[in-house]
Amino acid sequence: MSQIMGQPVTEDADGPAKPLLGIEQLGKRFGGFVALDTVDLAVPQGQRLGLIGPNGSGKSTLVNCISGTLQNETGSVAFNGERVDGMPAHRRARLGLARSFQLPRPFRSMTVAENIRVPLIYTVGARAGFHLTSSELEDRCMEVLSLVALQDKAGKNPFDLTQVEMRKLELARAMAAEPKLLIADESMAGLSHSEVEDIVALLIRMNERGVTIIMIEHIMRAVMAFSQRLVVLVSGRKIADGAPADVIKDEDVVRAYLGT
Amino acid sequence: MQFDLLINAIIAGVMLGGFYAAVTAGISISFGMLDIVNIAHPGFIVLGSYIAYIVNAQFGVDPIITAIVALPVFYALGTLVYGIYFQSFEKRGQDSMRGLAFFFGLLFVTEVGLNLVFGVDYRSVDASYIGGSLKLGIMEFPLRMLVPALVSFVMFAGLQLYMSRTFIGRAVMAVSQDPQALELMAVDPTRIKRIAFSISMATCSLAGAFLIIIQPVLPSSGREYIGRVFAVCVLGGLGSLPGTLIAALLIGVIESITATFYGPSWSPAVSFGLLLLTLAVRPSGLLGR
Amino acid sequence: MRTPLFTSILILIAAALYMAFRYLGNDYLFFAGYVVLQYIVIATAWNILGGYCGYVNFGSAGFFAIGVYCTIFFYNIGQSPGDVFPDFMLTPMGWIFPLPLPILIVLGGFFAGLVGLGMGYLTLRLRGVFFAIATLALAVVLETFVVNWPFVGGSRGAYVIPPENIPVFGTFIQYLFVLMLLLVVLALAAARLIERSRLGVGFATIRDDELAAETCGVPTLRLKLVATAVSGALFGMAGAPFPFYIGYVEPNSAFNLSYAVNAIAMPMIGGTTTWIGPMIGALLLSTLQQVVTVTISSAANLLITGLLLIGFVILAPKGLVGLWQGWTGRSAKP
Repeated sequence: MSQIMGQPVTEDADGPAKPLLGIEQLGKRFGGFVALDTVDLAVPQGQRLGLIGPNGSGKSTLVNCISGTLQNETGSVAFNGERVDGMPAHRRARLGLARSFQLPRPFRSMTVAENIRVPLIYTVGARAGFHLTSSELEDRCMEVLSLVALQDKAGKNPFDLTQVEMRKLELARAMAAEPKLLIADESMAGLSHSEVEDIVALLIRMNERGVTIIMIEHIMRAVMAFSQRLVVLVSGRKIADGAPADVIKDEDVVRAYLGT
Repeated sequence: MQFDLLINAIIAGVMLGGFYAAVTAGISISFGMLDIVNIAHPGFIVLGSYIAYIVNAQFGVDPIITAIVALPVFYALGTLVYGIYFQSFEKRGQDSMRGLAFFFGLLFVTEVGLNLVFGVDYRSVDASYIGGSLKLGIMEFPLRMLVPALVSFVMFAGLQLYMSRTFIGRAVMAVSQDPQALELMAVDPTRIKRIAFSISMATCSLAGAFLIIIQPVLPSSGREYIGRVFAVCVLGGLGSLPGTLIAALLIGVIESITATFYGPSWSPAVSFGLLLLTLAVRPSGLLGR
Repeated sequence: MRTPLFTSILILIAAALYMAFRYLGNDYLFFAGYVVLQYIVIATAWNILGGYCGYVNFGSAGFFAIGVYCTIFFYNIGQSPGDVFPDFMLTPMGWIFPLPLPILIVLGGFFAGLVGLGMGYLTLRLRGVFFAIATLALAVVLETFVVNWPFVGGSRGAYVIPPENIPVFGTFIQYLFVLMLLLVVLALAAARLIERSRLGVGFATIRDDELAAETCGVPTLRLKLVATAVSGALFGMAGAPFPFYIGYVEPNSAFNLSYAVNAIAMPMIGGTTTWIGPMIGALLLSTLQQVVTVTISSAANLLITGLLLIGFVILAPKGLVGLWQGWTGRSAKP
């Protein structure tokens, strides 16, 4: 049985555990433009975190810096007690960090199933230290695909998928890596009501099995239903961080969304 | 080290650098700003050289005049090439590999085509200022290098003004940084890119004239310049015209000094070596974003 | 089909081909055949980095030439060891030199692979475009070094004189032909093995989307270095026997642009996603080039190659293999 849905959480006898993800004073510039400005964020193991903010606020840059797609310039990123800044993305993936891309980036020369095989081979297999056999690969592939209801499209090329299906594939590919921390970047754009509910339910199930999840979304319904904690990012700065019900009533947050 | 030899090597280097700037200006636009790796650019420069050669041989017209007259022709050629490139590659998405192969094929076909038409002999031009030089004390300015260098600086200044002052020029700078913002301003990014690419191709006309004034030309001359062109571009920083000029002068001087004191056979290695070094150490170049 | 079986079939075909040529008795077949085989290796070598990983190498001639000049270097040592080694080393060196061709091939491959690795380490962390430009630069830098190095002949060139006859094979060209046949078997088997392995999956992700590949755990830099080293090594191995084939080598012929163009054109025309594409492209283009050179001219030959490259890249980006797959509706790999 694979670990896609996470592992059972065991209580740490020493008391409150160190945060799974610890971001301190994170900074990132593009030339003269400051994309992230001294962001602090500590995410404990097992949390469901919602991250919201207007377009251009730096959410994707933050995700990129966490996953290693970009390297932060100042501050630090620690995962599972280990400093990961400077580490290339593939090493962070093997440590248990997975992310989906806001604009889906499937491997276009491969089928849907082959897309899922990549993290199975290069993250799960690499982590375990041995190669999964072809039948194991196939089983896990279909397992992941059925979680997002894409099993019938296994042999299709991403070119033949709808936008919605591509987003699901994107999420599935991240899930296939059996992460400890999953960052879902706008995975639900364009989905119907019931599809949104399905994905939220799926993510909550994963979380109940121990996967820490950061959800970046614009669909407030989903964010509120999912998040135990809400963080708001505006112009590269964290302006609010706390219980969702409180955060959405916060003055600064309201002003950021409604504008001045 | 003989002082006057060094001074004249530096002077030659500056003039050479001015020429390199003209050669590279087009690439600075197409590669630096539009992200199109037109490695056929030096091939088109050599094409410009040969056009200047025929007109000069048949009618005795000064090559720079020919080049200016030929500017619209090269502009149109640029539009054509961009059209093919856009339809075949950019529209279809990623696959930069094929785009590169396309331009490499163009470079190759241009060279071989010129080979078939003109043969492998050196060609050069006749003009009133070739052969003479301006002497100021121990400093010597060979006119065949001075005239192209001066015109090149003028051309460069013109380009820089165009890029920074006109609407289209600034749109080109914008499209390299944020095509979406451009669309929001109701400007068609494709049209802007097409114009920019055509301008970059037009510079080949003048650069070609400069080349054949400075030295005799072979169909394969283009290939010698690929490394120099990209070395200048990368060293100066992609997308920065002033950076290109500084890098061009720098490389021109270093090459000139190397050639004077160590022999000309090491020249190609200078710029290519600098290119490799820049890529390894500071890929964003001197003034790059 | 498992790799050992495939390799065995290739060896059988190679043996049959050799026997057939020997039976026909015309030495020209061996000379022409050597060139075609050489290009199959070159095209396959290029494709491992270019087709599988998506990183274009414009400096194929440089890597090929490393093999060429490696051979010349060791050959020259073998010819006059007294000039190179101190007296007390002459006897043992006399046993080692002159080095036999298979060893030279391995050495050529080793050094070319090493250079590929080094250059890759410097430039592969950048975008693919910069790597391509760097390969151009590398070829010129290498050529400049060779031109300025008298020991391997410099710009004047170097002579390599093969023995007239050789046991088992008869004429020396048959020996070269067989060696190149073996290299073809090695190259094709290696390419096919890579293509079907997890390594091949990794390469394909690099080609499709390097950023996404990294987030899926693919160690892109490491894989690219492997591809560059393997590709470079194959180029070097293809170049090592060349001095013996041609007798007189000058930098112009070793670093000839036609190697760079053919290395790209053959896989692009044949098809870049499988091991079959480069082979088909090499067979067709090489044969075409021989015909055109003889009937029209060698310059026209290059022109046609260049036009074919442009034509295919624009109109049939998946090459002949892609056209075939589209026509028959198949997409399974052979």
